[in-house]
Amino acid sequence: MTLPRDDLARRLAQAGLEAGSVEIIGGQWDKIQVGHVTEVKPHPNADRLRLVTVALGDRMPTVVCGAPNVAVGQKIAFASVGAKLVDGHTGQPATLKPAKIRGVVSEGMVCSEKELGLSGDHTGILVLPADAPVGAALADLLGDTIFDIEVTPNRPDCLSVIGIAREVSALTSQPLHLPQIAYKEGREQVSGLASVDVVDPDLCPRYCAGVITNVKIGPSPEWLQRRLQAGGMRPINNVVDITNYVMLEHGQPLHAFDYAKLTDRKIVVRRARQGESLTSLDGVERPLNCEMLVIADSRRPVALAGVMGGANSEVSEATTAVLLESANFKRESVRETAAALNMRSEASARFEKGLSPELPVPALRRAMQLMVELAGGEAASGIIDVYPGKRERPPILFPASETKRLLGMELPVEKIKSVLESLGFGVEMAAPAQMSVNVPWWRTDVSQGADLVEEVARIVGYDQIPTTIMDAPIPPLEPSPLLSMKRTLTDLLVAAGMQEVITYSLISLEGLKRTTPDLDLPGPKPVRVSNPMSREHEYLRTSLRPRLLFHIAQNQRFEEGIKLFEIGHVYYPRHSDLPQEVETLCGAMWGLKQEMSWRTKPMPADFYDAKGALDAALVRLGVEAKYVKAEDVGLRSGACADIVVRGLKIGVIGEVHPKVVENFDAAGPVFLFEIDLEKLLPHAGTGVEYKPLPRFPATVRDMALVVDLGVQYQSIVDIVQDFPLVSRVALFDVYSGEQVPRGKKSLAFRIWYQSPDHTLTDEEVNGVQQRMLSALESKLGAVLRA
Amino acid sequence: MIDKLSQLKTVAETELNAVTDTRRLEEWRVRYLGKKSAIMQALRELSSLSLEERRKAGALANEVKDAFESSYKQKLEGIKQAELELATAAKALDVTLPGQPESLGRLHPTTQAMREVCQVFTSLGFETVEGPEVEWDYYNFEALNIPKGHPARDMWATLWVDFADPEKQRSMLMRTHTSPMQIRTMEKRRPPVRLIMPGKTYRYEATDVRHEWMFHQVEGLAIDKNITMADLKGTLFEFARRMFGADRKARFRCDYFPFVEPGVEVAIDCFICKGQGCRLCSGSGWIEILGAGMVHPDVLRRMDCDPAVYSGFAFGMGVERIPMLRYGIEDIRHFYGNDLRFLKQFWGF
Repeated sequence: MTLPRDDLARRLAQAGLEAGSVEIIGGQWDKIQVGHVTEVKPHPNADRLRLVTVALGDRMPTVVCGAPNVAVGQKIAFASVGAKLVDGHTGQPATLKPAKIRGVVSEGMVCSEKELGLSGDHTGILVLPADAPVGAALADLLGDTIFDIEVTPNRPDCLSVIGIAREVSALTSQPLHLPQIAYKEGREQVSGLASVDVVDPDLCPRYCAGVITNVKIGPSPEWLQRRLQAGGMRPINNVVDITNYVMLEHGQPLHAFDYAKLTDRKIVVRRARQGESLTSLDGVERPLNCEMLVIADSRRPVALAGVMGGANSEVSEATTAVLLESANFKRESVRETAAALNMRSEASARFEKGLSPELPVPALRRAMQLMVELAGGEAASGIIDVYPGKRERPPILFPASETKRLLGMELPVEKIKSVLESLGFGVEMAAPAQMSVNVPWWRTDVSQGADLVEEVARIVGYDQIPTTIMDAPIPPLEPSPLLSMKRTLTDLLVAAGMQEVITYSLISLEGLKRTTPDLDLPGPKPVRVSNPMSREHEYLRTSLRPRLLFHIAQNQRFEEGIKLFEIGHVYYPRHSDLPQEVETLCGAMWGLKQEMSWRTKPMPADFYDAKGALDAALVRLGVEAKYVKAEDVGLRSGACADIVVRGLKIGVIGEVHPKVVENFDAAGPVFLFEIDLEKLLPHAGTGVEYKPLPRFPATVRDMALVVDLGVQYQSIVDIVQDFPLVSRVALFDVYSGEQVPRGKKSLAFRIWYQSPDHTLTDEEVNGVQQRMLSALESKLGAVLRA
Repeated sequence: MIDKLSQLKTVAETELNAVTDTRRLEEWRVRYLGKKSAIMQALRELSSLSLEERRKAGALANEVKDAFESSYKQKLEGIKQAELELATAAKALDVTLPGQPESLGRLHPTTQAMREVCQVFTSLGFETVEGPEVEWDYYNFEALNIPKGHPARDMWATLWVDFADPEKQRSMLMRTHTSPMQIRTMEKRRPPVRLIMPGKTYRYEATDVRHEWMFHQVEGLAIDKNITMADLKGTLFEFARRMFGADRKARFRCDYFPFVEPGVEVAIDCFICKGQGCRLCSGSGWIEILGAGMVHPDVLRRMDCDPAVYSGFAFGMGVERIPMLRYGIEDIRHFYGNDLRFLKQFWGF
């Protein structure tokens, strides 16, 4: 590799392989080198400390060392004064200072893995391989750069060193070096040692196995352990380490069974039977179900296919022969089993993404090679290969024009061909501008032309694609009245001084119940979320009220007056269908209607402020609403009205029931309105009826009427407006008290009389007003106030 | 008489000097210029004097009268001016007193950002469409190339909704993204289309400063003949410039979403540090703002569009992220906590 680290990371990221982090091992090791322990003596003043002399080639310092494992002849990591280390006790970065320990000067330090930042191990010093060159910089020996790459789920081939290397090779035009796989096979045929029966090929397209005898279980060599650690895995023993190493290298999870523990030397790949269970390697007994694929011997399950091995066939100190499994399992099956047992592993994470069924063989052969080389094993001749799921992948016919059509970028056929070939695709020219592309076996994600276009684009670089603006005619737009109405309504309510809020769509049952005085559920039982994150967010709201009241209560601590509204969906259950989502408006008010002022007394908002804000918005939508006295379970009786448009109820307005206010720990009174926007929609913006301006002046008369307290304003206005010549009516005073008889109230109106064709005379107006008064008297018992 | 007149003049002028208001001035005028005043008296008495005395005294009397009249006028002007000044001073306003407060409402910051995004795309010929938040698995996943058991399902932790399907075929969920609207809308439309589809989305996710289980997305979809990735780049570049500033640079990288191919991750250069690296962009100089790509041929087929004839691009972005980046909001949970002390900060201009 000649490319600088950061450039490589950038090129990989452009191609879709972003390094979440880049860790540099040994980046700070400039004062640490390989040393040779030549002498170990007891410390004169301390039992547990020793004096260690280290040969560095050019000098031989002596240091005080407390490690129990230090011994003459070892190659160790020696830190000189000034070296940057990790403090073995605190774990914090530290710089090595000259020290006198119990009266003896220490001229440096022999380091543990923890002090070098390699691992958390501080039980003893790090012992380097015997062939480590004395005096060499430790960074040259153990230094490394680790790219922690975030592999997208479509690229399981890149969950391996070889996969990434292929990408780097294509991106940098550097040749790819794959491990040379060759090993000595024993005389014994594997078929004579074991057999494999794939009973459920739908879940196991391929099962390969090899047998190694005479293995000696022990620790893996240093280099292998270090590479495993760099890959985030813990070394266990040589056999297990080799399976993990090959998984990191090739991307194929492998499993080693203790050959001696397999009943009848037989592997059966089948679904679990009712009532079977398996104790997995982590010691937990797992009950199995009939959908789970297991690896069994002739008697019992010995592993969960693709997820984890079983304790009953685990490789141990006593193991002398292993059966190595390298198989391909159906990704959905592995995913479901791992999820059902809540045991995701490095293996299942790979199988879940859909590995190539061609991968098991090279991976198995590589593992066999390492078993022979590193575990002293003897490989049985050949491998077992049961491949019921073999399928041909036909070549993709790929016109060169596709890159132009989808990318908008002209690329010569030769360039397309060479990019694809650099990634391992086989390209043949079927016609001058028509390619026939064979997909390499490891690319399970490529199946059609668009996939090849992406391959070309990501290697060429998305930054090479030109930037254009669509120049086709703009497609016809369909009007959306609901959207425009929501937008206008929102603006109008904001203009009326209300704050828009957006609240959670999910709520607890209790939250909904709080909107009624006796904590009953308002409306139908709401739709429930199956896996709620908490009880607070368990049901789909059937009302906007509870959250609005909650936020009123929550903000009361900081505010003198609150006006909130929300436009959002409520969800009603439907039989055998998605819930009905209804666009709803809800507004709520509490406290001072305006900020405190030096000019006006602080006035609390009331029913009429809520009504005014809503009406202002409705009028601007061209909607004339009537308010009809009504009852609503959450609102105070006598302070509640249906909002009616053209005879149809579209919503409700009123004072929130004091018990409901209390249910939310809020201070009252709170006033609220609620509208079903889908019922409002047909009435909104229904056109303007233009009238020419009046040519003759209006005559204005004021009239105060005394009526019973129970007579509604609306009933008076309805009568007044019914008379000819009345062009406008306005109420300017409502009074009840000492000036009118008990049980009565006075309403003062200003009435405009106007004719389209002449100026009215006093007599005409008087006549209308006389008839109006007698109608009001006979129908409502109204009399003119004296 | 001459002596008397001289004396009168001295006295009258001394008195006049002491006058400060109109009432006193009027008293003075009556006293020294009225019919019964000394000067008028003197003028009437002139006839009783000798010719020579009459001439001398007459001239002096007239002189004194003229002087009184002009002093009076002058004084009157002065007093009126002073009174006017006094009255004006009394009527002067404290212009710094607060005006009559009007109730002020504001749009929720999410709505503000959503509108801004939609406005940009509206101006590019995109039409806005909305749809349901509770979805079938089919629209949210399967039709988007994410069948059951697909590894990419892990990219969207899902809130499932109780639903007992008699045929056990369908499952219901809270949509995890706005992408199901691509399929839903295209069931009713034929290309060419340019659509944006804003709305609420949900994830099964523990909340923290950067994660919220309910949030908003805007989905975009354009399908026509000859739509290319260059068009996608141009459209999103234009969007980035209009949203985040005309000097923004945009970065397009390969990324994976099962329903597009090729897939794109779009980032803009950090508008705080201009690409130098800062806390906002985690030192990278770039801020990822959306995912996009060319509509996958299998998805086009499900939309009943022949992928050999039609092509298109799709994109999706989180909405809350925009005000978070722009205003430096440190905790996404503020959005739906609805603390008015938070909401009132966003004017929406």
